[in-house]
Formats: sequence, C-alpha cells, structure tokens
Amino acid sequence: MTAGAAANKYLLDIQDLDVDFEQQRGLAQALRGVDIRLQTGETHALVGESGSGKTVTSMCIMGLLAMPPGRVNRGKIIFQKRDLLQLNENERRKVRGKDIGMIFQEPGKYLNPAYKIGEQITESLILHLKMKKKAATENALDLLNLVGLGKNRRVLKSYPHELSGGMKQRAMIAMAIACHPALLIADEPTTALDVTLQLQILRLLLKLKEKFAMGILFISHDLGVVKEIADRISVIYAGKIIESATKSQLFENPLHPYTKLLLLSIPDATKRGERLRAIPGTVPDAEDVPPGCSFHPRCPLAEDECRDAIPPDIDYGDGHQAACFLIGRKWIHS
Amino acid sequence: MIRVIPGDPALVIAGIDASQSDIDAIRAKLGTDAPVFSQYVNWIWDVMRFDFGDSMISGQPVTRLILDRFPLTLSLALMGMVISIIIAIPLGVISAVKRWSFWDYLGMAFSQIGMAVPSFWLGILLLLLLSVKFKIFPLFGSGTIMHLILPAVSLGIARAAVLLRLTRASMTEELSKEYVITARSKGMTERIVYYKHALKNALLPVITIGGIQLGYMLGGAIIIEQVFSLPGLGRLFLFGVYQRDFPLIQGGVVFVAFAFSLINFLVDMLYSFLNPKIRIN
Repeated sequence: MTAGAAANKYLLDIQDLDVDFEQQRGLAQALRGVDIRLQTGETHALVGESGSGKTVTSMCIMGLLAMPPGRVNRGKIIFQKRDLLQLNENERRKVRGKDIGMIFQEPGKYLNPAYKIGEQITESLILHLKMKKKAATENALDLLNLVGLGKNRRVLKSYPHELSGGMKQRAMIAMAIACHPALLIADEPTTALDVTLQLQILRLLLKLKEKFAMGILFISHDLGVVKEIADRISVIYAGKIIESATKSQLFENPLHPYTKLLLLSIPDATKRGERLRAIPGTVPDAEDVPPGCSFHPRCPLAEDECRDAIPPDIDYGDGHQAACFLIGRKWIHS
Repeated sequence: MIRVIPGDPALVIAGIDASQSDIDAIRAKLGTDAPVFSQYVNWIWDVMRFDFGDSMISGQPVTRLILDRFPLTLSLALMGMVISIIIAIPLGVISAVKRWSFWDYLGMAFSQIGMAVPSFWLGILLLLLLSVKFKIFPLFGSGTIMHLILPAVSLGIARAAVLLRLTRASMTEELSKEYVITARSKGMTERIVYYKHALKNALLPVITIGGIQLGYMLGGAIIIEQVFSLPGLGRLFLFGVYQRDFPLIQGGVVFVAFAFSLINFLVDMLYSFLNPKIRIN
C-alpha cells in the first residue's frame, strides 16, 4: 500500500513527522516520528501529558512553528491531498483560518484585547472569502447564533474583557469556524473553563462538526474530557504515538501500559475512597529522551528489551495500534 | 520664588546710571516694593480672574505676548512630533519584527546617535548643509512652513530616538502574546498581524511618552529657537528670566502647566481608544 493511495482516504494524514528544536541546552527532540490519521467527520483526540508534543504537532499542522529554532527533519502532513510541508508560506497562510481553523486553551489571552469581537470575526471573512464589510457583519451574527450566543449585535460590539470565559470561548469558536474549515484543531479548549461549561463547549463542538462535516483534532491531557467527545484516540508520549485506537477499544481494552496507567489515573465516582493513582515520574525532557522505549523508566513492567530497542508500531486488528514489546506477555492488573 | 532670587527688574529698566530715587519710583510703579507674600496674593487674585498682568519691560499684557508667540511654538511642536512619529513607529516596528537584522541595527544606531547628539548641534549642521551650502531652506526668519522644517527635524530626531526604542521594546513584548498566534492561525498576513493586531496594543507606552514630549515642546524649545532665531515661547520666557520680568515668567509657568495638563488629558482620551479596558463607562 503506497502512501499516496492511503492519503486519499483521510482528511489529515500525518506520516512519520519528526521535529527538533535547536536550543542552548542541546537538541530537543519534540516529535520523533508521529503518525496521526483523521477522517472527515471524525473527532480524533491527541492525548498526552504536558511536554509530550501535542502543541508542537498542532503548530506544525498550522505552519506556525518558529523555524528556527524548530526544524522538520522528515515526514509529511497530507491535508486534502496536499503535503502542507511542501507549500510555500503564502499558500500555507491561505489554508490557515480558511481550511483549518484553530481554537485555544485560554480564550482570554488568545483574543486581541484591543479589538471588538465583531472585528475579530469579520476580518477572516473579509480576507479569505472576500466579503464586504456589511455582508461579513451579517455573517458574523449568524455565526454567533450558531455558537449559542444568539443573533446579538451587542456581543459583536463587545471587547473580549466584557465577555465571560464561556462567551469568549464561544466567540473564539465562531472565529475559527467562520470560513467553514474542513478541519478544526482544538488545543485544550475546555481546560481553562469550569466543569459545567466544559460539557456545553464539547456539545457545541460536536454539533458544529455534524453541521459542517468537519474533522476535529482534539488536543487534551484529560481522558475524562476526551471520553465525552472523541471517536478515535491517539496517545502521545515523548514525541511518539504509543497507542491509537477507537474510543471503545482504548477505554475497554488498552494495550500499552502507559495508556492503562492513564486510564487508572482518571478520578472515578465508583472508586470513591480509594487513593487517586498517579503515574510516578514525569515525561522525559525532549533534550534527553531515554533510549529504547521512551516510557521504560516509568513503566512498572519494563524489561531489558525495552531499554535496548524502540518497540515497533503493530496493528492488533481493527486499526488498534500500539508500540510495546510486552503486549500479550505482561499486564498491569489494577 | 523667582522674586526672591537676586536681580531686580527696576535695575534692568532704569539702567546702570539711574539714581536711587528713580529706581525706587520704578519699584513702586511695578509693585515690587511690596512684601513678596502680598505680591503673591495679588498675583493669585488676578490670575483667578484670568489677568496675568502686564510685562514689566514692554508693558504689554502677558496673555498677548504668549498668544502672539504660541502659534509658532505649537506648529513647531506638532511638526516635530509628526516627524518623530513618522520616523519612530515604522522603524520601531521593523526593528521588533526583524530583530538583529540590518534594519534593526540601523534603527538602533539611529536611536543611539539621536539620543547622543544635542539638537542644537544637529540644527547647526542642518543649517550649514541645507541652508548655507545648498540654499534649500531659509537661513533665519519665520512665517512660512519652509522656516519650520529644519527646526522641526532637529527637534523631531531627538524625540524619535526615544520613541523608536519604546516602540521596539513594546512591539517585541506584544508579538510574544498569545493573540498574535490567533491572528496568524486565522491566516492573517504578517503585515496585518504587525500593524493591526500588535501595534494597536503596543502604542500605549509610546503615546504616554510622546504626550509628555509634546507637552514639553509646547513650553517652547529654547535652544532650537535660538539656533534658528525663531520668535517662539522658549525665547520669550528666556528673555523674561534674563530681565526678571516677573509677570511674564509667572504667566509662562502657568501657561506651560496648563498646556501640559491639556496634553495629558488628550493622551488619556487616546488611551481609552487604544485600550478599551481603560474606557470609563
């Protein structure tokens, strides 16, 4: 099977993406051969702890990685049949905001404090779709309605600081979907919101995904949130996808010890009174990724083999992939 | 305070050959023979009725003297400011965007030199080159815009040096803010990201300092007016001090303070335009 033929099936097909950062402390291996495949209409969650490479991946797709210090060593990002990494800056800019939209963790910081919400929504419509100011404003009103803020001219005329956190995130979403992108990248969009709002925003994203047949790349460290929204989940650790599966496969039958430990660390109402389980240790620094399986220093099952060689990605059927030598041999029993 | 320092306007008016009785007569006429405190109370009382008194030397009303000179000082200050902004903001933005590039070094060199070179020396150089050698601009006099360009440039360059550094620092900070990533993620061109998204936020400190500079310039530019022999407020006040012309000095101080406050008020209004958070509801 050639890469070209496979790419056609997917809206976004990231193949073997390898990214370094040149730093004073040394070379940071941010991504070490990341593969992510996302179909139209699919919500694909990219899950990992801080520093595992989630944000670098999204910035790479957007083409917003500062280079230097960043450097793409190899790999492809095939989006709508084009390798984004082969496009020039102007072509990439035309993809951003038009074909790929993005929302961020803290809408308060990611909205420009000096411009009204209306101005910030309409500017993409005017730039990408060549709309006139008036048509763009009407369009922005419809967008506000769509994200649950109502056809409210007051909101259009508000500055970000005049809106609540939830309203800001909704406005941010309206901005990101203004040009009906085929792909929406959501980088921890609910992390900064309180729990009741989280669910509302997740439902909104799902509704918009249906309406526009978008694919969503949902970046999160929170498996609890991911469980609410994802169709498919890829778990990233130290710049490499260590397990990728559908939501039900991953939650019912995790294969990688790291995934299992992540699942065990989700707070659960049925396990009240028990100690919360945390995975000991931290994600290794990108300047100092351990040899062999990068998870072996924290893995309770690790054997000599894990220290010596990088485990290959193996498909265990139905697209459930994992990279661990010990699958079927040893397991963590909770 | 001015009245207790040595120097007596009566002596200036009477000349060195005057007799003591003449001097006393002049003092009585000017009112400077009264105790300093009562002079002050009288002056305050007059000021509250917008009467700044008459010049002790020329006898003309101080208000007239100031208002006669003000248009020149105002146009000089505004032109200086405009020149300063035209240089400082684009160069500051380019310096911040392309740090450690040719333009940045050029900007930094300009700003170092601009701050180090005294504006009177720059003014003299400009006069020598553009008025004496190439005869593009008039050597002295006033009344036309051509007379104002060289002094405004001399004034503007020193101000621009400061504003450029401020713009660069402020832009550098704004460009590291998260909303810049958002603007880029929406596919905005770099030009829009810099000049629309970042600059509006970055202008705040620039406006603050620019306002203070403009306030100072409204008080007259003593040295530049001297170099270009312009009849502005700076020279008026300078001669006022030389001649111990108390009403003129006092009126000048009040006027400068008033101009300064007015400019600061305008700057505050501009603030609320640039930063909606400051806006008063």
